[in-house]
Amino acid sequence: MSKNPSDNDFTVKVANVNGTGSASANTLLMKAFFRMGIPVAGKNYFPSNIQGLPTWYEIRVSHDGYICRSGRVDVLVAMNAETYRKDLKDVAPGGYLIYDSTWPRSQQLHREDITVLGVPLARMCNERFTKTRERVLMKNIAYVGVLAALLEIDTGVVRQLLQDSFAGKPHLLDSNQAAFDLGFACAKEHFSCPLPFRARALDRTAGHVMIDGNTTAALGALFAGATVAAWYPITPSTSVMDAFKRFAERYRRDPETGRLNVAIIQAEDELAAIGMVLGAGWNGARSFTPTSGPGISLMNEFLGYGYFTEIPAVLIDVQRCGPSTGMPTRTQQADIMACAYASHGDTRHVLLFPANPEEAFYLSAAAFDLAERLQTPVIVLTDLDIGMNDWMCRDLKWDPAYQPDRGKVMPAEQLEKIEKFHRYLDADKDGIAWRTLPGVHPKGAYFTRGSGHNMYGAYTEDAKEYQAVVDRLRCKWDTAKELVPAPEVDYTDGCRTGIISVGSCDGAVREARDRLAGAGVRTNYLRVKAFPFGRQVQDFLDAHDRVYVVEQNRDAQLRGLLLLELNADPTKLIPVLHYDGLPITAADVIGKIDQGMARGEAA
Amino acid sequence: MSFIAKPKVSHPGLPRNALGLTLRDYEGGMSTLCAGCGHDSITAALVQAAFELSIPPHRMAKLSGIGCSSKTPAYFASASHGFNSVHGRMASVATGANAANGQLHYIGVSGDGDTLSIGLGQFCHAVRRNLNMLYVLENNGVYGLTKGQFSASADVGSKAKKGEVNQQPPIDPCQLALSIGCTFVARSFSGDKDQLVPLLKAGLSHRGFAMVDVISPCVTFNDHEGSTKSYDFTRKHFHAAIYADYVPPATEIRSRQAAGSVREVTMHDGSRLLLHKVGADYDPSDRVAAFEYLSRRQSEGQVVTGLLFIDEGKPDMHEVQNLATEPLNTMGYANLNPGQKALDAIQARFR
Repeated sequence: MSKNPSDNDFTVKVANVNGTGSASANTLLMKAFFRMGIPVAGKNYFPSNIQGLPTWYEIRVSHDGYICRSGRVDVLVAMNAETYRKDLKDVAPGGYLIYDSTWPRSQQLHREDITVLGVPLARMCNERFTKTRERVLMKNIAYVGVLAALLEIDTGVVRQLLQDSFAGKPHLLDSNQAAFDLGFACAKEHFSCPLPFRARALDRTAGHVMIDGNTTAALGALFAGATVAAWYPITPSTSVMDAFKRFAERYRRDPETGRLNVAIIQAEDELAAIGMVLGAGWNGARSFTPTSGPGISLMNEFLGYGYFTEIPAVLIDVQRCGPSTGMPTRTQQADIMACAYASHGDTRHVLLFPANPEEAFYLSAAAFDLAERLQTPVIVLTDLDIGMNDWMCRDLKWDPAYQPDRGKVMPAEQLEKIEKFHRYLDADKDGIAWRTLPGVHPKGAYFTRGSGHNMYGAYTEDAKEYQAVVDRLRCKWDTAKELVPAPEVDYTDGCRTGIISVGSCDGAVREARDRLAGAGVRTNYLRVKAFPFGRQVQDFLDAHDRVYVVEQNRDAQLRGLLLLELNADPTKLIPVLHYDGLPITAADVIGKIDQGMARGEAA
Repeated sequence: MSFIAKPKVSHPGLPRNALGLTLRDYEGGMSTLCAGCGHDSITAALVQAAFELSIPPHRMAKLSGIGCSSKTPAYFASASHGFNSVHGRMASVATGANAANGQLHYIGVSGDGDTLSIGLGQFCHAVRRNLNMLYVLENNGVYGLTKGQFSASADVGSKAKKGEVNQQPPIDPCQLALSIGCTFVARSFSGDKDQLVPLLKAGLSHRGFAMVDVISPCVTFNDHEGSTKSYDFTRKHFHAAIYADYVPPATEIRSRQAAGSVREVTMHDGSRLLLHKVGADYDPSDRVAAFEYLSRRQSEGQVVTGLLFIDEGKPDMHEVQNLATEPLNTMGYANLNPGQKALDAIQARFR
């Protein structure tokens, strides 16, 4: 029995075998909490494999609304014999382990500080169901029934969820409901229900959805008006295009003609995908490609080309563990440097850093405006944790007055009036030249080339002419600082210790700050949302004696970028790094800040 | 790439096309290729073809990769947009550009180095998609810009300028294109404008991927004795399987039909191709037979030219994807915005 029984503050983890159909059961479980109004988050730890290898799904239930990984396991459902030893170890003292007692394991690997509960899930399902596949699948729904009894989940909510999921498929509804009831009844009969960990209905999820960031990034592209999408499948970004295709089929098909007003092209590789995106962007279509680190590596040459020839393009990089192939199904933030300066020569790319699926929606949409306004590739740097895990986020809203910012595209009427068009003249002194689209007007013709060109667009190897162009690009970079989203900043007066983080570190940092504050340690916080860094980031660095830079990579890439781009004493920026492939926790942040404070690094 | 503008002066008596434009209106900058380069003859043929088809210059988009051949777009149609991309990846840029607006004439110019080495994959996939474009492969069997290395189209036994003999078998773009479903495959010789111009016109009018492989001798690095891509060798081994006449939609063609061996192909825009059979056993609508014919003749050392294969019935990328006929790059946002109601409906599934 737990010494600290808690309502709505626990983590349930399910250990399973990849490909056995546990995903729908886990979603059912998580959504049950969500519909009970309790803040909840789901993390899927899955292998880079189709089926057969161990997989885990972790659900954090949090009264306080913390939705990052908790870093502890209170209730573990051990469905995989292979990982039983590890699963048993993972349970926090006072926690519970539930296993399938069809194959007795209760005598193995005992722990005195936890409670082990055996449920004959396979036997119950074998007796109840006749089809082999059904027997395997329904074991998963049965453990949801067990958990519902143990955690006091509202069975009415579960019943409704099943009805919503299987509307129109009564045989599936019946078997799922039956499996749930089997588990529920068994737990009620054999165990003292509920456990000290209990779900109590709240009202904190109204106005929220449970959604993953790849889906919302796809929605961002859809609502921004993207009309050309090219990609090469790669984990963990593949589902961006899966979602985009699904939405496009529904919302981009002319009801009268049946024709699509979006071209979705599965490229032969990433080299081609970015080529298509640039070709479409050059021709005036809003175009994008989702990819991940290895794809960014392959796209490098074209990214430099896009920067130098000033072609709008949007990339959604769902980061995974590198280097090289790394761990395709684990999360990291290790593409920051690779994206910031992708390609040879003096290149710089605008980066946007969503912290969660909600921001993945808004920033993916914003990326198209920025790309066209600045005439340059823009990379949205999300990660596997944001992209593929289910997050609770506020309802997405779309401004009905939104009109795409197409940037400086000279129309035929304007071309008609001018004497001669020159592609790279800095007419407005903001570093952004006017462009024209092919086919619009004979006067608009110009030549796009990755080789040296002058302000008129003509080839040059003249030292001064070349330098004038790259200097203007630098001027455009300064303009970009004013256009990109400002960082999110939380100051408290008189505090000289700051934390800077990026992207999906946000949840862990917020929780860590609350816990540190509870222990009397006050911190200020800035989360960068874009590169280039605006004035606010420099101000934040200047305002603090110590700044902990929290990020999920080994080499402190964000910290490196801050030092390269801003004025700061390197000793003042203290790296807080987490890079094992699992999402960062508040404990990861606090532990490293505590160590820093022990060395006198915190004010 | 050097770019020197040509003086825009033309003789008032120059013939004009249906748009009232002269050949000069289809020219570009001064070529900086070596004097006598086959590529410049191809440029001239492209100028002639576009002029004769009365294509508004600004409605053409010229794309290329990297290499001597890829300079070509700078030398014709100065009133159209050009795109000199990265090595071997013009095809993907053309694909994206075409997706954005399918209503322009896309002319890709590439070389044997650009297409058959790094660009081999992109070339094949543009063929697979039946991208609606003219793809001109200026084929000289050698790397000119890097001064004389063999390219992937160099024949076995072909001798480099410095005497090295090529040991590796060539990749033949026509056989490759035929084998992967290309809907328009032609070969010509830069020194035979009479044959090349109708082929380019037909390629521009073809709905789908039109590949024209043009043997284009490199006068600096591959025009010597022992080269199989020299002017001399090509002239000696030139074998026309088919001669093509191109007839625009509005032209009266009755008198031309009198020729006994003429076969007529109606193209999607209403223009017609009149195919004069030269090889007694050649059928340009039979892909397998064309492949076999080409292989046999090549093994005999002949350079088979003409329109080698055509299929006007296969859908292009836009048709396969059922894309809107209106260009996507100018589609109004009102047609693209699903609206808040749709967003609410989508989100309802995530509660």
